[in-house]
Amino acid sequence: MSDLTTRGSDNSGDQPLPEKPHGILARPEYEGPGALTVADVEHRPRRSDLDPKAARRVERQITLMFLLSMVMVVLFVIAYVSLNSTQTVYIPVLGLIGAQNLALGVTFGAAIFFIGAGAIQWAKKLMPDVEVVQDRHRLASTPDQDAAAAAQYERGKEESGFAAYRILRRTLIGALALFPIPLVVLVRDMWTNTDPALEGLSPAEILSETAWTEGLPIVVDGTYQPIRPEDIPVGGLVSALPENILEIQKEFHNLNERGKSAIILVRMDPGEIRSQQGDGWDYQGILAFSKICTHVGCPIALYEHRTHHLLCPCHQSTFDLADSGNVIFGPAARRMPQLPIGVNEEGFLIARSDFQEPVGPSFWERG
Amino acid sequence: MKALAAHRRHPLMALALLLIALGVVGGAYGVVTTQPTAADTVMVGDQTQIEEGRRLYLEGCSSCHGLNAEGTSAGPTLIGVGAAAVHFQVATGRMPLAAPGAQAPVKKPDYTAEETLAMAAYIASLAPGPAIPTAEQVDYTNADVAEGGILFRINCAQCHQAAGQGGALTQGKYAPSLMNSTPTQIYEAMLTGPQNMPIFSDQTLPTEDKQAIIAYVMELQQAPSPGGMSLGRLGPVVEGLFLWTAVLAAFLAAAVWIGIRAR
Repeated sequence: MSDLTTRGSDNSGDQPLPEKPHGILARPEYEGPGALTVADVEHRPRRSDLDPKAARRVERQITLMFLLSMVMVVLFVIAYVSLNSTQTVYIPVLGLIGAQNLALGVTFGAAIFFIGAGAIQWAKKLMPDVEVVQDRHRLASTPDQDAAAAAQYERGKEESGFAAYRILRRTLIGALALFPIPLVVLVRDMWTNTDPALEGLSPAEILSETAWTEGLPIVVDGTYQPIRPEDIPVGGLVSALPENILEIQKEFHNLNERGKSAIILVRMDPGEIRSQQGDGWDYQGILAFSKICTHVGCPIALYEHRTHHLLCPCHQSTFDLADSGNVIFGPAARRMPQLPIGVNEEGFLIARSDFQEPVGPSFWERG
Repeated sequence: MKALAAHRRHPLMALALLLIALGVVGGAYGVVTTQPTAADTVMVGDQTQIEEGRRLYLEGCSSCHGLNAEGTSAGPTLIGVGAAAVHFQVATGRMPLAAPGAQAPVKKPDYTAEETLAMAAYIASLAPGPAIPTAEQVDYTNADVAEGGILFRINCAQCHQAAGQGGALTQGKYAPSLMNSTPTQIYEAMLTGPQNMPIFSDQTLPTEDKQAIIAYVMELQQAPSPGGMSLGRLGPVVEGLFLWTAVLAAFLAAAVWIGIRAR
């Protein structure tokens, strides 16, 4: 149906192209098979069709491209042999770049480019210039085909008895409706508890708890040193963890607890704290918040100490730490959970309890 | 000011202030400072330097920061910010501001190194604050680069990006690239928290950790990019995006050229 047909000819495709004089590429306006009538598309003859000089110029151009390709291959070999592979060269915009890498890429790329460009010029400017029409069949089915399909459907309905056996039809629908339930259960239950310490806890319960307990000292992430309140100046930021985090990691052989209990400590002028999630949960202006975004759980510590905004780099959720960690911008639906903190007798910062709400992104049972 | 009033009521704070008062010679104790623990180093320049700094301050800074550095609606107080903050802001050209905006950009410094030190000495003479780090403090030759990388990713990468290329913050603010920062500037920035950067005090991030971070940043600055165009060192995603947009566009242009009717 999609045969290439040329307008105005009965035996399409069979006619030979008009003979062209050997060696001379300029041709008069083409009028052979496939030539469109003026009414459809105007045939504009190319310069190289009309003027032998232009045709020769194009021939020279194409020859030059092929020659350049050869030159590039020679340069490629020279670059490969002569350039040191560790030598670098500075190219504006690109920056510092390996000299041999650059030379090999440019010469090899140019070699293939000139072959391609020459071939395209050849095809465009010197090979026959013919407008052709490709007829397409109608996309819609014929009424006959429509009727045949409908008849087949009716026959299938009749023979299967799908309409007649009502009880069969209904039980089949019921069976198919219930079938996906095991899949949903399996997906929900993909997590299996292999930890004796977490025995009997549901995934939701485990997600709702972190390692923080009353009196657990807070340590700096990376150095694992305990922190005194006076170590954090106003405007300061500390990424912190529970004191026993390394032991937990060793015991569980994973980083899950680090992912849940990571916090940031910030200190601001107590007068600037507009609200908190609990009464007196700060310690002299030091506030502890979860480090895990409530949107999809990216770790965040992009804290601006003048605006008190905490920005998540993943989806630009912004939390105001001076105002209970409430969401002021972005897709996060819940505020950043706050950890109540205090100091122990030795003067080190401690947690006063676990988080009062689950940290991190929402989950099914969280409500 | 309210912060300090509250802190002072706490027994621990009283102890800390007492220690500072003993460590520093008399006097400076009564001055309110927002960085009580960083205040133990006072940069005391000689009197002529302070006078010169005061003159330069009155000419160039006082219109926003007040005649006595007490701050105005246009600029914060500089009492207690210390020499390190002045040196960081002025030596990188951030201050004086060319125009008000979301953030002070890095530009060509307006003052010579000597003038900058004079202004730093003047501000340091007003109240104790973090001093300009010494050559010894910023010497990172023996620092642990790998440890620095870990600390950088914990404390710095969230804003400055894992390879120190910088990144966007809220409402037009941004964390600058660290590719042209000097060890002294990096140390001063951690110590003083310029603009919206939080402070990483010497207590929570000790000097050797700061040196490790500096060593890591210096390593990043010298890291070669064998393929050229590092595209912000954001990794394969951005490289893929570049190929799918820029290079695909070039291919489409070539396809269009192939399809154009010859003349």
